[in-house]
Amino acid sequence: MSERGEVGEAGPILELRGVSTHYGPIQVLREVSIEIRPGEIVCLLGGNASGKTTTLKTILGYVVPTRGDVMLDGQRVNGTRTQRLVELGISMVPENRRLFKRMTVRENLELGAYLRRDKAAIAEDFERVFTLFPRMKERLGQRAGTLSGGEQQMVAMGRALMARPKVLLMDEPSMGLAPVLVEQNFELIQQVNEQGTTIFVVEQNASMALSIADHGYVLQTGRVVLADTAQNLLDHPQMREAYLGEL
Amino acid sequence: MAEQAIPAEVLEAAGPTLLPARGVDLRRSARLGLTAGGVAVFVSANGMVEAFSKRDIVGPISLGYAMLLGVALGFGYLAGRPPQVLQGFAAPRPGWRNLVGGLLAGAVAGAVMAVFLVLIATFEVRRIFLNIGPELVREAPRLLTVGQDLGPGLALIFGLATALGGLAGTLHLLRERWRRAVLAAVLWVVLFGLLASVVIQVLRGIQTQLRLWTAPIADVLYAGGALSVAGVALVAAAAFGASLLRTSGRRRRPLRRRLDQLPDTSRRLVRVAVLAVLLLGLGLLPQILGSFLSEVLNIAGIFLLMALGLNIVVGFAGLLDLGYVAFFAVGAYTTALLISPQSSLGLGWVFWAAVPFVILASAVAGLMVGTPVLRMRGDYLAIVTLGFGEIARLLFLSDWLKPVFGGAQGIIRIRDITIGPVELRGPQAFFYAIFLFVLLATYITYALQDSRIGRAWAAMREDESVAEAMGVNIVVAKLSAFVVGAMLAGFGGALFATKIGSIFPHSFNVIVSITVLVVIIVGGMASVPGVVVGALVLVGLPELLREFEEYRFLLYGALLIFMMVNRPEGFIPSGRRAQELHEEDMAQDAWLRERAADEREADVTAPAPRKAGEG
Repeated sequence: MSERGEVGEAGPILELRGVSTHYGPIQVLREVSIEIRPGEIVCLLGGNASGKTTTLKTILGYVVPTRGDVMLDGQRVNGTRTQRLVELGISMVPENRRLFKRMTVRENLELGAYLRRDKAAIAEDFERVFTLFPRMKERLGQRAGTLSGGEQQMVAMGRALMARPKVLLMDEPSMGLAPVLVEQNFELIQQVNEQGTTIFVVEQNASMALSIADHGYVLQTGRVVLADTAQNLLDHPQMREAYLGEL
Repeated sequence: MAEQAIPAEVLEAAGPTLLPARGVDLRRSARLGLTAGGVAVFVSANGMVEAFSKRDIVGPISLGYAMLLGVALGFGYLAGRPPQVLQGFAAPRPGWRNLVGGLLAGAVAGAVMAVFLVLIATFEVRRIFLNIGPELVREAPRLLTVGQDLGPGLALIFGLATALGGLAGTLHLLRERWRRAVLAAVLWVVLFGLLASVVIQVLRGIQTQLRLWTAPIADVLYAGGALSVAGVALVAAAAFGASLLRTSGRRRRPLRRRLDQLPDTSRRLVRVAVLAVLLLGLGLLPQILGSFLSEVLNIAGIFLLMALGLNIVVGFAGLLDLGYVAFFAVGAYTTALLISPQSSLGLGWVFWAAVPFVILASAVAGLMVGTPVLRMRGDYLAIVTLGFGEIARLLFLSDWLKPVFGGAQGIIRIRDITIGPVELRGPQAFFYAIFLFVLLATYITYALQDSRIGRAWAAMREDESVAEAMGVNIVVAKLSAFVVGAMLAGFGGALFATKIGSIFPHSFNVIVSITVLVVIIVGGMASVPGVVVGALVLVGLPELLREFEEYRFLLYGALLIFMMVNRPEGFIPSGRRAQELHEEDMAQDAWLRERAADEREADVTAPAPRKAGEG
């Protein structure tokens, strides 16, 4: 399905190969194939009930595909326990951030590294998060719930990064944020990506997501209907009409 | 409860245009008076005043009267309290409105009470309200009219209520520091009056055990079981002085800091000395307390063990278990089966041999309850566990399992705990066994709180699915909470069985679960000191004041409501809980602070705010 095929020098780090999933008798995903290569930002676009969240759930092992494979670093990980997947290098920034609001920023970040036992490396990653988000350092002892929306987004990203992920999944990062913050947020995503983290963004806000992504996929009723480079998608007439609100 | 002061920077940002202070809202005072009247009528009509009138606590004032006085004073205090300082308003100055608020509340309460008195004096209501006896107004001793006829009695009640309300209201005219001292004095006088038997026993016990000259102090403080005039004066003066001393401006360095600054050798010496004194005190405690008080402490201790266990399940892991008594029963029955020579097994082991099996059995019970409810949350979990608790009781009671558990006859002749050749017979000896297990449970609680699994529990409590996405294994986290909680309850059950010597299914009803839950809610969820205080107050106190027994659950209910409204984090909250429950206040504060900072930033003439740690 993907036109890029074997163009990239490295193989995909995360790949969905013809994945179909069902909730009981209802088929949600229909042979979805997605490739995410190291260092890329890939976005998955689509309206409500198009199967975006189910795609994420499938990657995270909450839902087991009925057909097709989820490949992480060349290994088949269908139905692997979430805990193991986090260990293998997938972490997520959930929709609406979902911080542990009653815990301090430090505790949130520590929980991001919950499965890691290498204290020295964790300390290093704390520093890494502080260089990305200098403001976090002053807020360490503050409870996450009292932070502003933008700061909460930083903590959510920081928390996910503390797991040292190979791929960072982001569920609707623009959800529930003021327009100014949405822009700021996508700048953050770009910044994190520049530091070397591969990112897979699921988003409704197509123009915003495509503006930072390398590749994009468009999902419609559980099927990938468009897959191309972000630039091509931005220029695609069908896209402009359906998702970018232009005529 | 804590009135949060608005940060100076916010006030500053709000500018100089502060609105005038809002005074005491007199309508609110009148409403409080109505509530006070209602409470006073209620405690009179349900028989509490009468039941409590046999125990004098301060001079001639009985506990029953003290309750009515407390209502008038307490509501008068609330009615006279100035409203919270709101943003943009000036801080209210104390003035006549504080007094009037208190007076008004007292007068309204007195009027309500007077109407009630007239009603019960005129109509025969006893057939409906069984507890409104003739001794309240009609016949001697005419409790509610203080021995007077109706006419003068009414005037007296009304006058007294008004005066007391006003008196309490005027407390707000005092400066905070002095007001606190007065409140402390009142509180301690009431405590000393209420706990007269304990204080007297302890003072006597110290004299016989430690040969200190303390018993005469009891004779000075108390006369005929109630605080004497001298006693009131002494206790009040001591509490007053201590409170003033504590709030005196000089901030002393914390004890710990001072200790840390000592040289190593003397620090070790201090530590050893403190430990020795503590051990000596604990070793002598049952002797000092005597048999009865030790028994009270033991009962509280068993509930404390359970509360520490439930605290892990509910407080740490956030799993509301209403059938917690099941694990208590499993511990008790396992012990009884193994160590009673008359149980169906007839083994007659020593207690300590049974302990590993208690651990095993309760852990298995924890898994059995935990596994089917893995996918349940919140309300559903609570209801299902409630069912499990009842199932456990019914199984132990059933005819089907009668050959094993003895049905309604239970298991008798459970042997005492022995340590080597020594039998722990009687409450004073038994105290040591309970203390040992409580110590163990406390250690387990603290160790788990700071552990990896403790963090996993905290994360799970907040957001199960996100915790899972962080890599927390929810199955392991839930089951381990159930298992650890079950084990602590199992210990409690084991001790309960050996303490009582025989067990019956009806000892393990849902009331036990509820009591334990109330202990941790009122004491302070997820806070060990809170749970300790909760167990002592909620379980120990009713044992001490047997009159309370009949009204125990009424008082629990009232206390729960009071706590949920005024101090939902419990008596001694854990740091995190307290924050959680005042989240909104704090979020607002944070927002205010931020806005104040933004405004200052926007103000070009002002120096740029320095941000720490940036760059």
